[in-house]
Amino acid sequence: MTIDARQGLSPTRQRLQNGALVIARESRVTPAVTITASVQSGTGTDPRDLPGLAHFLSRVIDRGTESRSGDEIAELLDSRGVSLTVSAMRHAFVVSCTCLAEDFSTMLGLVADVMRNPSLPESEIATRRGEIVTSIRQDQDNPAMVAVDEELALLYPDGHPYGRRVKGTIETVEQIDRRALQSLHHDRFTPAQLVVVCVGDVDPGRAVDETGNAFGDWRGCPVTPLVVPSPARANERRRAVFPMMNKAQADIAYGFNTISRLDRSYYAFSLMDNVLGQYALGGRLGDSIRERQGMAYYVFSAFEPNLGEGPLVIRAGVNPANVDRAIVSIDEEIRRMAADGLTVQELEASKRYLIGSMPRMLETNAGIATFLQSCEQFGLGMDHDMKLSELLTAVTLDQVNEIAKRFLVPERATITIAGPYEGHDV
Amino acid sequence: MSDAPAPRTVFLDNGLKILIQEVHTAPLASVWCWYKVGSRDEAPGHTGVSHWVEHMNFKGTTNIPREKVKGIIEEFGGSWNGYTWIDETTYLETATRDALDRMLFIEAERMANGLYEPEECESERTVIISELEGGENDPDQLLEMEVNAAAFKAHPYGNPTIGWLSDLQRMTRDDLYGYYRRYYAPNNATLVVVGDVDPEDVIRRATQHFGAIPPGTVPARTLSVEPAQLGERRVMVEKEGTTAYLKVAYHAPAATDEAFFALLVIDAVLTGAKGLNLWSSSRTPPPQRSARLYRALVEGRLASSVSGGLLPTADPYLYTVSITAREGTPLEAVELATVAEIDRVAREGITPEELDKARNQLRARLVFENDSVTNIAHQLGFFETIASVDLFLSVGDRIRRVTRDQVAAAAARVLRPTNRTIGWFKPLPTGS
Repeated sequence: MTIDARQGLSPTRQRLQNGALVIARESRVTPAVTITASVQSGTGTDPRDLPGLAHFLSRVIDRGTESRSGDEIAELLDSRGVSLTVSAMRHAFVVSCTCLAEDFSTMLGLVADVMRNPSLPESEIATRRGEIVTSIRQDQDNPAMVAVDEELALLYPDGHPYGRRVKGTIETVEQIDRRALQSLHHDRFTPAQLVVVCVGDVDPGRAVDETGNAFGDWRGCPVTPLVVPSPARANERRRAVFPMMNKAQADIAYGFNTISRLDRSYYAFSLMDNVLGQYALGGRLGDSIRERQGMAYYVFSAFEPNLGEGPLVIRAGVNPANVDRAIVSIDEEIRRMAADGLTVQELEASKRYLIGSMPRMLETNAGIATFLQSCEQFGLGMDHDMKLSELLTAVTLDQVNEIAKRFLVPERATITIAGPYEGHDV
Repeated sequence: MSDAPAPRTVFLDNGLKILIQEVHTAPLASVWCWYKVGSRDEAPGHTGVSHWVEHMNFKGTTNIPREKVKGIIEEFGGSWNGYTWIDETTYLETATRDALDRMLFIEAERMANGLYEPEECESERTVIISELEGGENDPDQLLEMEVNAAAFKAHPYGNPTIGWLSDLQRMTRDDLYGYYRRYYAPNNATLVVVGDVDPEDVIRRATQHFGAIPPGTVPARTLSVEPAQLGERRVMVEKEGTTAYLKVAYHAPAATDEAFFALLVIDAVLTGAKGLNLWSSSRTPPPQRSARLYRALVEGRLASSVSGGLLPTADPYLYTVSITAREGTPLEAVELATVAEIDRVAREGITPEELDKARNQLRARLVFENDSVTNIAHQLGFFETIASVDLFLSVGDRIRRVTRDQVAAAAARVLRPTNRTIGWFKPLPTGS
């Protein structure tokens, strides 16, 4: 079944009586179905004094339900070749899997059971706690993780949810207990928050009916509306070095606070980001730092707006001898883009790329499911795939250049460096 | 388990093999050009040359000047990439179907007309050294390099694909260009096109772009056979760090050996099935919660993760089990439990239920890993390069036919203490 460009994805979208939403899209590319079930609760709603709570829940929610033991779930999954992926993102807690079409009903039932009725056994909590602590220790030995974590902590200070570590700290992970996990589940997992997306070799009507059967009698209490505060913005250049002298390469993170996904300048910002550090092999930054100067295997920018004002972070991995030179080069590119703006050719090339990449993005069941879930989360509409081309085309050079001028200010950049580098100011 | 449909196969007069498969599920086409050259083909002192040449082949050609490379496929919304491993080097573009001609043009240029400007070679030297240093930041990668080097004495599979640092520092532009010219010939390549295409159109365009490229005299591949290992080998990496890692690697059969498929089943029983797609298998974790090593190590609170690595290769390579020790757990205890489970499979085999489960897992993974034109094209080209596309077409059947007796035989042959190399990454405290 080829996606008809005139009709787009045109998924079925239906709200159940309890407020849960079902989105279904048929695709017979492979005899498989991708299921995602999400609630609007992620690491962004962790209590200020207990970061890591949502991440911890993501590690234990599928390890037992009121009617199934962890071993029974393991057998159910493994005998069908299915792995559940549970992710706690900033504002979404997602349980997803891809299964053979013949296993759709069974797996949808399991996903519903996991979302609704986790038993959170103490023994599983103890096992997963050790895994999380190990994972945090690994992150502490990873310059890329250290640079990014510290960058976000500086960009989002004062306990802002985007500045807290997703996995928490060893101390908070040790404090998280079954009661805290139960409270999070009780308070944030409700049908009114639920979005179920089914994409693949299943009739949409059947997908809606079966989702209704699996979730329709779920009841839950109202959820406190989510408010993401604006971060305190930097009014000066900040720089922090985290020496890790046992490493071979240093990681640089260089960033700014930006806008929310709902901001009307989102598309202009995305195009600017694409030209700066994405297009081809890392945009202008890649041209300078990798291609012309040979300093880094990777250099790119990542623009991550969310329900709140997300960051734009430039990342580069360089030899410690090149750290200062790389930062100077980033400064130069940032300054040049703010001062001179993009060229018409650059803007048009990025538009063509982003519009033309849609068929690739929407080729697989998992790609479509992720896209639809995101459309729902940000209220973009189920015809967003049809509108995206128009939205990008409408962006003008002036709009992009205005964004560059407003946000790309090296004097207000926040820079972190982690690796075999003890540093001096640049 | 339905096996994959056979692609159409065409040879050009210069020896270029073309595999074409129509997939009309999206308005996309994926073009891959595969070369039978990888780190196994490198001479001492020139390790890493295959990978460096791959990098150079994105740096402009006679008819695609350096400044025109950027955007050449992006203007069609496409993505491009390439990789080098032990047996192969490959390049790909996936874009909307109207980019087909452009993609074929790029690959023909890459095959025949690479520029290798001296200053570009120098600039890329430091990029690759940066890639190597980035890998060294990861203790798990460091350990893998050491274990592989210890496992092979004769066969060049023991060398890291990225190369040893001193070789990367010394090699010259002429080394790179000479290597490129020796191996990048149509009679050493397979062109794969999968997607919303008309095969006749593909053949016509491919002939137009590749037909005039002359065949080359491609060097014979290495004939070194790794001698049988006579006893367990051990390597220890001691470095500042926070976390301990363990690897247990066994010499494993090549993809054309029927025992390879029995070992795939064993890996599914021990760590969960991954499938066979190097390009996409890491996208989703394996179903492993009931796997023996997961139960013993992760559920047993000795490790935070365990994974098995077994990929199809032209010559016998390795089956490697990798473990991250749980914080505070001594590696001795992790190794003891790991080896005990592996030895138990060698001693007792697997149960009928485990065989069924492994087959089910592999059946599902084969479906999941062939869900896009890019992934399908990868599998056709990968198998053709390391063995034959026919092997790929029969993978499902071969897995279905695996018996418990074959599993027992493969376990007895492969999972022997004398056939293994054990590696420890022992983290030292900061400042040691």
